[in-house]
Amino acid sequence: MTDPKDARTEDADERPLLENGKPVQRPDYEKGAMGRRSFLGKIGAATGILGAASYISKAPEDWPLSMRDDSGLRSEPKVTPIRLNDYRIEKSAAASADVGIGRGGTPKQMLRKALDGIGGIERYISPGDIVLVKPNVAFDRAPALGATSQPELIEELVNMLLVDCRAQEVRVADNPIESPADCFMKTGLRAASERAGGRVYLPDSNAFKMLNTPGAKLIEEWWFFHRPFTNVDKVIGVAPVKDHNLCYASMGIKNWYGLLGGRRSQFHQDIHEIVSDLSIMIRPTLTILDGTKILMENGPTGGDPSNVVTGDVVMAALDAVAQDAWAFEHLLRRDPNDLPEYLHKSEEKGSGRVDYSGRIKEIL
Amino acid sequence: MSGRTPVDDLLSKPVRKKLRLTNVRIASQIFFFGAFILMCWLTWTSRLEGYPVSRILEMDPLVMISTMLSTGYVYRYLGWGLLVLGLTLLAGRVFCNWICPYGTLHQFIGWLFNIHKTKDNFDRNRYLDIYYFKYALLTVFLIMSAMGALQIGLLDPICLMYRSVATVVAPIFDMTIEQVPGVDPLWIDNLKFAPGVNRRIFVGSFWIGLMLLVLVGANVYVPRFFCRVLCPLGALLGVFSRFSLFRINRDVHKCTDCDLCLTRCEGAADPQAAVRVSECFSCMNCIDDCPEDALSFSMVGLDTKQVKLKPDVSRRRMLFSGIIGALGYPLIKIHGKNTNENFSPMLIRPPGSVEENEFLEKCIKCDQCINVCPTNVLQPATWAEGGLEGLWTPVMNFDISHCQLKCTLCSEVCPTGSIRKITVEEKLGKGEFVDEGPIVLGTAFFDRGRCLPHAMDIPCVVCEEVCPVSPKAIQTVDEEVKDVFGEITLLNKPFMVPDLCIGCGICQAECPVLDDRAVYVTAVGESRSSERSLLLESRAKSDN
Repeated sequence: MTDPKDARTEDADERPLLENGKPVQRPDYEKGAMGRRSFLGKIGAATGILGAASYISKAPEDWPLSMRDDSGLRSEPKVTPIRLNDYRIEKSAAASADVGIGRGGTPKQMLRKALDGIGGIERYISPGDIVLVKPNVAFDRAPALGATSQPELIEELVNMLLVDCRAQEVRVADNPIESPADCFMKTGLRAASERAGGRVYLPDSNAFKMLNTPGAKLIEEWWFFHRPFTNVDKVIGVAPVKDHNLCYASMGIKNWYGLLGGRRSQFHQDIHEIVSDLSIMIRPTLTILDGTKILMENGPTGGDPSNVVTGDVVMAALDAVAQDAWAFEHLLRRDPNDLPEYLHKSEEKGSGRVDYSGRIKEIL
Repeated sequence: MSGRTPVDDLLSKPVRKKLRLTNVRIASQIFFFGAFILMCWLTWTSRLEGYPVSRILEMDPLVMISTMLSTGYVYRYLGWGLLVLGLTLLAGRVFCNWICPYGTLHQFIGWLFNIHKTKDNFDRNRYLDIYYFKYALLTVFLIMSAMGALQIGLLDPICLMYRSVATVVAPIFDMTIEQVPGVDPLWIDNLKFAPGVNRRIFVGSFWIGLMLLVLVGANVYVPRFFCRVLCPLGALLGVFSRFSLFRINRDVHKCTDCDLCLTRCEGAADPQAAVRVSECFSCMNCIDDCPEDALSFSMVGLDTKQVKLKPDVSRRRMLFSGIIGALGYPLIKIHGKNTNENFSPMLIRPPGSVEENEFLEKCIKCDQCINVCPTNVLQPATWAEGGLEGLWTPVMNFDISHCQLKCTLCSEVCPTGSIRKITVEEKLGKGEFVDEGPIVLGTAFFDRGRCLPHAMDIPCVVCEEVCPVSPKAIQTVDEEVKDVFGEITLLNKPFMVPDLCIGCGICQAECPVLDDRAVYVTAVGESRSSERSLLLESRAKSDN
C-alpha cells in the first residue's frame, strides 16, 4: 500500500485516467474503511433522531411531549380568559345614601360635595392603593363640546386621589373610537391627568386580554383593555351625560363600553343587552357622573356647542343604575317613563336599583 | 498643504488623530442620521409641538427644483434647498457623504458586510461606465416634472428613505418592541414611533420594503450602488459640484500610483487619476488612506489635467434620456387612471389636498402625511387607486380607519403643499370659512342590500352614532317592523343627507358588515375639484 499523500505529489495531474475511453479508478485512490466506532456512532445518531421524531409526532396525544394532533383541533390557539376583581367597597356606615349629588360652585367643589354625599372619598380609597380612573375619551373633540369627560374634573379627581387619599398610583385609561393618542390630547385629558400626577395608559394591540364575565349574555368572553387593570385595587368611572340615538342616553354604565376591544360595534344589534352586561362586567368602586357639560342632542358625538347645556351638578355613586336613572330624568330632562331599557336589565342582573328615591343625598 | 500648520502645534498627536476629517465626517453622519430618525419619531400626534419635522425633506434641492419646474412656484419652506445647493457650490457633493441619511445607511451596510480584500476593493471602487446612469435618470425625471408629472419621489433618496421608514421600518420596529416581555408598557410607548394606537398597517408596503432591501442589499455587490448608479439627487449635486471651490487634489509629485486611495473611495471618483469632481462624495477616505500624503481637500488647483469637472455623459445619451423623459409624460398620462372621467372611487385624498392634477404636480411620495396620520387611515396608494402616476401617494382607506374631524396634521407636515396647510376652522367650514363650507373628501353611500336594519331588520346604526357632524349626515327613520321571527321591533333605519356629509369615512370604518361595508365613501363629491362634484353648488350653499 503506497502512501496516498506521496502518490498525490507524484501525480499532480488530476484528470481521470482513461482506458478504452472509460474512466478508471486511480491507483492511489483508496476507499477508507469505516471503523466499528464510527459505524455505531452513525447508526446511533440516526436511531436517536428518528426515534425522537417518531415519538413526538406519533406518540398518543396525552403522552408527555407528544405533538400529535389527529383532529387538527389541538393546534387551535387557546386563549385563557381572565376574571376581573370586584372593586366595590362596603358602603361606609357614615354614608346614608348610595348616590351623592354635588350642586353649585366650581367643578372641584361640586366633586367634593358629591363625594361627601356618599361619605367622602377617603372612605373608599386606602393609602397605597393603585387606582384606575376611566374617563370617556371616545372622540377627538374639544371638552366644550361635551362628548368627552371634562379635564378639570379629572385633574381634580386625580389630585384628590394622590394627595388626599395617598394613592400609590393613579392610572387614566380608555380605548377611544378614534386615535387614542389624539383623543387623549385633543380632549385635554392627557395634559390634565399628567398635571395632577396620573399616568395615561393608551391601548395598543397587546393591551387586550380575553375577559370572562359570568352571567353576561353577550360578552361572557370578550376582548378587554386589561393592561391598566394589572394589579389595580380600585376603579372609578368618570362619565359625561350624553344623548344617544340608539339607547337614548350614554351615562355612567355605558361609559364602560370604552374598555371593550375586538369588534365591539356589532353589539349595537342588541344595545340594551350589552350595556346591562357592562354593568356586571365591572364592579367599580365608584361611578362619577359629570353634569357640568350635558350633551342634549346629536349624541354621542355632538360636534356643535349648541348641542351642549351647561349644568351645575356632579354625581358620585355606589349604585350606578340609580345614578343613571336620576341623571336621565334630571340632567337630560327626559321623561322617566322612557327610561332606557338597559337600566331595567341592569337591575335584573343585580347591578343596582332603578328606584333612587330615598337613596340620594344632595349637597348644595 | 503639507508641513506643520498652526493647528498641529496647538494639539497633541492623539487629539489630531481623532480629529481626522473622516472622524468628523462620521460624527456628522451620525448626527444627521439620528436627526432624520428623530424627526420620523417626532412626527406623531402626541409629540409634534411645532418641531420642523419636514426640514430634511425641505432641504432637498431636488424637491425644490422639480416642484418648481412642475408648478412654477416654491412652496413654504422649500427654499431651504438652497442651503444644500450652496454647500455643493462651495464644497462639492459634501451632502452625499456628510448629511444624506440614506447615503449613510448605504455606506454603513456596505462597510459592515464588506468581506473583500483590500486589493479587490480597488476594483470595486473604480469608476464604471454605468455610473452615468443617474444623470440619465435625473434628465428623465426633470423633463417629466417640467411637463407636469412629478415622479422624482420614486428615487429621490430623502423621499425614498422617509417612505421606507414611515411605512416599513417604523411599523416593524413598533411591532417588534411591543413583544418585548417584562418591560413597562409606558416606557415602550416612549420608544415607539406610533404609541397608543392599534398595530398600524400600510397597504402594499411590502413592495416599499422590498425596494429598500434590494437597494440596501446591492451594496454587498457594488458599494454605494444606489448613490453611484441611481440617485437623482446625487446627479443633481454632481452637476452643480463642478463650480465648487474645494475638491480633492492630488499632488502628482508625491503620488506613487499605489492605488491605496481606492480602498475606501465611496463615490468611485478615481482619486488615483484625474479626480471626477462630479462623482466625489467628499468622504475624505482617500486622504486617510494615502501613505504619501499626496491627497488633500483643498481649494481648486489650476492643473486641469488632474481633474474631471463634468459628469461623464455623452451628448447623445443625454439627448436619448431627454426623449425618454418627453415620452414618459404622455405615456403616464395616457395610462388614464387620473382623468376626471376614469378616476378610482377609492382615490380619496386627505383634507387640504389640492385638485388632483395639481396634486400630482406636487406630491413627492415621501409619505410623511402617512406617518403622522393618527388613525392609520392614510395609506400609500397602490396601482389600483392611483395608477403608476399616483403610486405611493397618500389615499384614505376607510376600511382601515377614518379621517378625524379635528385633525389637520397631514396638511401641517406636507413639505410640498400637495396637502395645503389648513386649519381646523377651514377643514370644518367654521369661523371665517363659513361661506366655503367644510372640506369634503367624498360622499357616503348606503348599500341597502347589506345594511342590517334595511336588509335584515336587525338594529344597528353604528354609522349614525359615530357620524361626527352636527346635525348628523346620517339620520334615521324610526320604523316598527315585524322581523323574521315575527316579533315587532322598533328599527332605526339610517339614511344619508348628502349635503351634510363630509366624507370622513367613520361610518364605513365602524360599519359591522366588515368585508364589503354597507356604508362606504367614494371620492365623488370631493370639494377640491369642481370636475368631481356631485351636488349642485346652489343646493349645497342653501343648505349650509
